[in-house]
Amino acid sequence: MAEPRPVLEMAGIVKEFPGVRALSDVDFRLFPGEIHALMGENGAGKSTLIKVLTGVHPLDGGTITLDGRSVRITSPLEAQQAGISTVYQEVNLCPNLSVAENIFIGREPTRMGRIQWKQLRRQAAELVERLGLDIDVTAPLSSYPLAVQQLVAIVRALGTGDGEGPGTKVLILDEPTSSLDRDEVLQLFALMRRLKDEGVAILFVSHFLDQIYEVCDRMTVLRNGTLVGEHMVRDLDQVGLIQLMLGKAMGQLDELHDQQLHSHAGETLVQAEGLGRTGGIAPFDLEIKKGEVIGLAGLLGSGRTELARLLFGADQPDSGKVSIEGRQVSMSAPNDAIGAGVAFCSENRKSEGLVPDLTVRENIILALQASRGWTRPIPVAQRDELVAKYIKALDIRPANPEARVGQLSGGNQQKVLLARWLITQPKLLILDEPTRGIDIGAKAEIQKLVVSLSEDGMSVLYIAAELEEVLRLSHTIGVLRDRRLVAQIANGPEITTSRILETIASGENQ
Amino acid sequence: MTTSTRWRALTRHHLFWPVAVLVLLLLVNVPFTPDFFSIRMADGHLYGSLVSIVLFGSPLILVAVGMTLVIATGGIDLSVGAVVAITGALACSYISDQSDQSALSGVLLAMGLGLLAAVVCGLWNGFLVARMGIQPIIATLIIMVAGRGVAQLITDGQIITINSEPYKLIGGGYWLTLPFSIFVVAAVVIITVGLTRRTALGLLVEAVGGNAEASRLVGIRSRRIKIMVYMFCALCAGIAGLMISSNTSAADGNNAGLWIELDAILAVVIGGTSLLGGRFSIGGTVVGALVIQTLTTTIYTIGVPTQTNLVFKAAVVIVVCLLQSPKFRDKVFGARFGAKGSATPAAVPADSAAATEAAPKMEVS
Repeated sequence: MAEPRPVLEMAGIVKEFPGVRALSDVDFRLFPGEIHALMGENGAGKSTLIKVLTGVHPLDGGTITLDGRSVRITSPLEAQQAGISTVYQEVNLCPNLSVAENIFIGREPTRMGRIQWKQLRRQAAELVERLGLDIDVTAPLSSYPLAVQQLVAIVRALGTGDGEGPGTKVLILDEPTSSLDRDEVLQLFALMRRLKDEGVAILFVSHFLDQIYEVCDRMTVLRNGTLVGEHMVRDLDQVGLIQLMLGKAMGQLDELHDQQLHSHAGETLVQAEGLGRTGGIAPFDLEIKKGEVIGLAGLLGSGRTELARLLFGADQPDSGKVSIEGRQVSMSAPNDAIGAGVAFCSENRKSEGLVPDLTVRENIILALQASRGWTRPIPVAQRDELVAKYIKALDIRPANPEARVGQLSGGNQQKVLLARWLITQPKLLILDEPTRGIDIGAKAEIQKLVVSLSEDGMSVLYIAAELEEVLRLSHTIGVLRDRRLVAQIANGPEITTSRILETIASGENQ
Repeated sequence: MTTSTRWRALTRHHLFWPVAVLVLLLLVNVPFTPDFFSIRMADGHLYGSLVSIVLFGSPLILVAVGMTLVIATGGIDLSVGAVVAITGALACSYISDQSDQSALSGVLLAMGLGLLAAVVCGLWNGFLVARMGIQPIIATLIIMVAGRGVAQLITDGQIITINSEPYKLIGGGYWLTLPFSIFVVAAVVIITVGLTRRTALGLLVEAVGGNAEASRLVGIRSRRIKIMVYMFCALCAGIAGLMISSNTSAADGNNAGLWIELDAILAVVIGGTSLLGGRFSIGGTVVGALVIQTLTTTIYTIGVPTQTNLVFKAAVVIVVCLLQSPKFRDKVFGARFGAKGSATPAAVPADSAAATEAAPKMEVS
């Protein structure tokens, strides 16, 4: 097949940070009208490559050719003007403004210094309609769910250029799907395919392998800052891809299979009766035994997180009661739950987990210190020993307790949060999406950890969007739908993902 | 090689820029007052510009140290100036009612009353912020405005003057050849550092300021910590209030501690604590407060006309804030770490050379 000329070519890209060579001699090409996946573990250099391309980081070596012309991009604005638009994982828009305002913010059509509101709204409506989206551009952005906000962010990115339709040649989507549910992902993919047909080159980063295989044409794999290879998606299967990304044969995850496929018998640790919160989750009963792993399956927004938050006292229940080891716990604040031996790793690492300014050490000891109160600091020797132990046990990198936690990669940040709670030796560990947005190696490590914690007698409530993960780890699977705990299934050899999906869907189109 | 890496490590230290500015400001005075650094002994007391700067800067250091902790939790306290006035008014009016104004018990009781009032103000602020969830700038605005009225009420709208030897000691007396205020300040600073760094209070304050929701979910009793911090800040302001009224032997409900909240916030920022909360530095704040006091002194020594001295002060503050900004430094001094550029790099070591030359002078005289 004769290949057309690439719209973007990066050759011999080198990027160094103090002490680290983040990218060495990486080549990358992007063709018009293709969806191209950039693959690699966290720290492989994906983000750095994107940041070099969009002018966030200056280049230390190599060339970038756009449309046959050599370009030098030194700022995100220049990248946009050159036709390279980026949509990041977190939506960077103003929720209080209308959709139309968000699309045109900073480049509103004006006449004599006055914003032409009518024209702005008309253009926004046209743009949205042309992309096949059903969005009222005059409504405030915050009235739409996150997924639609993500689509608006893409529309905004496309609108950049001359303000009249897409001037965008290259669209970079950095983990746009990590907080979307299945339907929303499909909506996003539909938009991506439409843009692809219009000739836009899309660079897509996602940790969901299935999504890559569903929507992408070509992929480039990075490992440790070097190029491993460029492949057509249809020529490389998932096992092959994972082997390329990890640089070693995949087998770690398979070891976990078949380990836990029987229900767990033990003493009751947590007993929730009629626990519920209006607008959060309908009253539910749940029993968690000692050493049991309960997995929660359900779509995003089905009440998984809400259930977990009630068990931790992060939200106050308005009905029901919880008893832990036979004693009733009031659950009016996280303190009550923590005192009873419950720990909770939120799905929102940044906003609800880490204190980015503080060091790894300070973040790790925070929960233990909070339970001791401010007057009883952890003795320095004991503190350093504990921190060193968990940094080593969880293989947190860099293994420097003085490093600011905000500078760590996603996987390592997650490990810091795990360390924070493990150090308190909880009886029940609630993990809400602990493997989201982290690389495959760290994912496997965290799943193995859950298994070994459970073997040591710790109970775990495990929430994950990937059903395979839930199925692999859980003794019991709680299925949620529409903010209701609809079923509790004892895991066993006959339980498959499709069985779980059927339960979730129960008659719906799944 | 090693000297350059050492230099770089030095410039990265969080106290480097505040201290550099302080040294620079002190040096500016030398051409105008050649004996600026000299310290002489008279009547068994030490005198000199440096002593005066610390003495006159004492109330500001106290207020700023308390403010640092409030700002570290992500809050702000605008009421400290009013608390200064209330404390001074209460203490002085109590002393003026005594038949023997110099009786130690009366003075101690007066101080206790004043400080108690200050702590109650802090409790109120903390209650509004932590319990009622009112934004700190609004919550503390209440006492900032009303507090002056309360102080006026206490003094009946008059300036109360007193004549009390023991009370005079706090802000105007001497001990071991040095102004007594310096010892008060040193004690407060040492206690604050000990309280925050020897216990886990500092860590918890930084966690609450750095990420409030994460702190809640980790089980930190952030309300309690916030209330404590506002009470501590008010207590510091109260001590400053005693000091100011003691120094003049008078309580002026209108003017005591006027605008000191703004200087204190500025001192905290110059000291390198972010107004967004999180990491804080008590040492930085002390240096920041000294910078502001030195600036005030400098304005007088170099003879800036009174009517323009606020403009002059603002100009210096802008320069200090720019120097504090890593982005600005990269733009201006960035060349020194790169391949090219020799003009700007030369300027920086030259300054430091001047500083090291000047330093011995302080000891000689």
